[in-house]
Amino acid sequence: MRGILAASLLGLSLTVSGLAQAEPVKIGVITTLSGGGAGLGVDMRDAFTLAMKQSGNKDVELVVEDDAQKPELAVQIAEKMIQSDKVDLMTGIIWSNLAMAVVPNTVAQDVIYLSPNAGPSALAGANCNKNYFNVAYQNDNFHEAMGQYANKDYKKTFILAPNYPAGKDSLTGFKRYYKGELAGELYTQVGQTDYAAEIAQIRASGADSVFFFLPGGMGIAFMKQYAQSGVGIPVLGPSFSFSQDVLPAIGDAALGVKNSASWSKDLDNEANKAFVEAFQKEYNRLPSIYAAQSWDTANLILSALSKASVKDKDAFRAALKAADFKSVRGEFSFNTNNHPIQNIYVREVMKEGDVLTNKIIATAFEKHGDAYAEQCKM
Amino acid sequence: MAALSRETIANGVLALLLLVVPLLAAASGETFYITLATRIVILALAALGLNIALGLGGLVSFGHAAFFGLGGYVAGILATHAFNGEALLFGLPATTSMPVIWLVAVLLCGLVALPIGAISLRTSGVYFIMITLAFAQMIYYFAVSWPDYGGEDGLSLYVRNTFPGVNTAQPLPYFLICLAVLAAAACLFWLLRGSRFGAALEAARQNTTRLSAVGIAPFRIKLVAFVISAMVTGLAGALFADLNRFVSPSMLSWQMSGELIVLIILGGKGRLFGPIAGAMVYVLFEYALGGITERWQFFLGLVLLGVVLFARGGLLGLVAGRARHG
Amino acid sequence: MTAALIIEQLLNGLQLGVMLFLIAAGLTLIFGVMGFINLAHGSLYMIGAFACAAIAAATGSFWIGLAASLVAAAAAGALMEVAIVRRLYERDHLDQVLATFALILILSEGTRWLFGSFPLYLDIPPLLQGAVPLPGGGQYQLYRLAIIGVGILVAIGLYLLISRTRLGMRIRAGETDREMIAALGVDIRTLYTVVFALGAALAGLAGAMVGALQSVQVGMGEPALILAFVVIVIGGIGSIKGALVGAILVGVVDTMGRFLLPKLVALALPASQATMVGAALASMLIYVVMALILAFRPRGLFAGQG
Repeated sequence: MRGILAASLLGLSLTVSGLAQAEPVKIGVITTLSGGGAGLGVDMRDAFTLAMKQSGNKDVELVVEDDAQKPELAVQIAEKMIQSDKVDLMTGIIWSNLAMAVVPNTVAQDVIYLSPNAGPSALAGANCNKNYFNVAYQNDNFHEAMGQYANKDYKKTFILAPNYPAGKDSLTGFKRYYKGELAGELYTQVGQTDYAAEIAQIRASGADSVFFFLPGGMGIAFMKQYAQSGVGIPVLGPSFSFSQDVLPAIGDAALGVKNSASWSKDLDNEANKAFVEAFQKEYNRLPSIYAAQSWDTANLILSALSKASVKDKDAFRAALKAADFKSVRGEFSFNTNNHPIQNIYVREVMKEGDVLTNKIIATAFEKHGDAYAEQCKM
Repeated sequence: MAALSRETIANGVLALLLLVVPLLAAASGETFYITLATRIVILALAALGLNIALGLGGLVSFGHAAFFGLGGYVAGILATHAFNGEALLFGLPATTSMPVIWLVAVLLCGLVALPIGAISLRTSGVYFIMITLAFAQMIYYFAVSWPDYGGEDGLSLYVRNTFPGVNTAQPLPYFLICLAVLAAAACLFWLLRGSRFGAALEAARQNTTRLSAVGIAPFRIKLVAFVISAMVTGLAGALFADLNRFVSPSMLSWQMSGELIVLIILGGKGRLFGPIAGAMVYVLFEYALGGITERWQFFLGLVLLGVVLFARGGLLGLVAGRARHG
Repeated sequence: MTAALIIEQLLNGLQLGVMLFLIAAGLTLIFGVMGFINLAHGSLYMIGAFACAAIAAATGSFWIGLAASLVAAAAAGALMEVAIVRRLYERDHLDQVLATFALILILSEGTRWLFGSFPLYLDIPPLLQGAVPLPGGGQYQLYRLAIIGVGILVAIGLYLLISRTRLGMRIRAGETDREMIAALGVDIRTLYTVVFALGAALAGLAGAMVGALQSVQVGMGEPALILAFVVIVIGGIGSIKGALVGAILVGVVDTMGRFLLPKLVALALPASQATMVGAALASMLIYVVMALILAFRPRGLFAGQG
């Protein structure tokens, strides 16, 4: 599914167009389509292509490639897209470490990159760039929201995350807003699958709640083991471990867990209703937050394309920065560092018939930016 | 030698391809193919380094990614410090000069390989495979969790490092630098194999006791081979970091060690051009299959399986027939 | 730090060790008998987990899924042996490495082709849900106790199989002298297929049991494979006893390291750094132990038995 996928071929273009043909716009999408993390990339890609198809914009060409979650491969694909395919825009990367491999060199070559997921702090502060737009979140955001929300009910939280930069960003973000005492703080091994030792420490710590950030399979393993351990204290976390792509694998163990996100399927706005319906109709599954962010990315690009030519970089960047599109997240605008200002919600995992999903129960932050924007001199 | 052997002809064709295709790509403005060729050259260099231990010495190291990554981190760390105007440990100045970086990378890898080799060589066979893996895993986990240089997120080089008199930011000059290094390493490999040291290594590989009987210590010979091998692979790592302008722990991972071994077996173990043939085929298949289908790994697996089952002695073995090194 | 917590952590280590033993037993058996390095062992483990999850979802019973995992992994193993592995016994170990590396790629992508990109659901059977009280006030998950039980049964079963049965006699003979056993009229080809299928079934069993605790997804096999190799090398390749001891050693060392190292480091460093440094050291610990053991016992703890 690499190759060139002309969005125009997918669209229903029976109407005779009398408009002059604009110059086609090429968008490079690098995402993870094979290996263990493929679910996230597939959702990203599916939502993006669907948004393009629905727009009926015939001048957009997509070049989609699989990075297999390997940084070196992602770099190679990025070079190919820039040098060989001569793409105008790039997007698609799911993981922070791949973004760190690709983004700095891409934006340095004056190619605009829009992040549909992952917002490492290293790219949000002093190293921000006018060609880098983050349409998802800054990595700390969801964790900050959970810290804020935890203040309401909890005084003694046990926190844990993997021992890598995104994990440290996570616990830093949580602690930035959390006012209570920490019952314990743990860094786990990257890719760890057995959490018995950590759960035993949570049990012994006398904590009144647990906050964890363990993306992908790590979170599934932790939740399944935690539910069986007999430790009954409430669990909090960012939405990554309770998103639509992993909920079915965790099962009922996830019921009742509070998690933070900028988006939820039940967010009450027109754009979101249309998105959820269209995605479900096309792919016969519920969209995840990755799909939602990717859908927004596509629509942001389309909104900018309707205002400015992608060849006129300054005008196009200004059009992107205006964020003049209907976000499925409701109100959305860009901060001075091109990262989102948006609401962050707290959701609870519940059941709709047989299907596990989330519903919003509170708003942790309204119009929330990030802690690094001040360091960004753009 | 009167008539050219089929392997020599194949080697010549490979060398010619490596030189001509990128030049053609440069002439036609398809710069990406130069980048792809540079990747082939660097991976070939890394595998060629490993081939000194594996092919000549019979030392199957499953931990050479450690040296590949160390070399990469040398380039990344020196360049970052130079970029930020910070001194290194003990106030030593940082640099963006490639020759200096290469020297540091090679020396550091040699220094690290010495104790690793000395301990690992106490074992043999599958135990050797696994103890080298153990050392590489230690370094990998250290890099993932060490925050100063990016941890799992890795380290970006904002500009490619410099080489006196060459504009390294352009794809073609950088490719030619890498190709020259590969050629030099291939000469080293060829000289080593033909030297008395090479003969002793070959003897050590085949029969340790007989070698001891004639008063040569197989341990020391193997250790030297292991250290040289690590140095060459480390140099490749430094080049790789500059190619990607990025270094991360994935260069240190066991998957990378495995890939290097695969390149050698694919091309032909112990053969001068084995790693080159292996890297060429692997990278091109990865690229071409990736262009056709999302399931490219499935088909890459089929191709590799076909090579093992039907091309004994690797691709060059298939071309050359069953001669020379086994 | 109470005594109850330490007991619980030791139990956790034991349980992790037994889990590793289930994965490693088949690997060491195949290596011991055929001298074959099977990198695709992790893929067989993955096949077991996927078969169990898929069948359990279809039938509603974990136990039918468990049986299916044994059948699926054994069948996949036998098929692999007959179609590919058999041609490689006489080859260099490196050819085996390349072939089984290729099989990893094929089986991983093949599984994703069949089951899609999202992790599957597999839960603990109702019979084994929940936790039981421990002496001293702690609690312990019932399912983990069951894993320890299964591990002990498998260890005893393998011991009896190898020391008491006709098949075991042939396996032992095959380990010592391959030509001899063929000369005695034993059909060595069938024997190898049976041993390979047995090893595969053990991997599948491990995958199914572990799958209920973890995430059933593509790529779950490779980390397990690496740990299994660590275990069998520490124990001494080919030795079932070595695999058991090695597995428990790795399980206990890893668990206690994750538990105690951050606390130890905290004595020397400020708390905020100590958690990170401690965690980093803990992740390197089993490899340090492995390197130390091999440095002093180059053929593992139970050398010379395989």
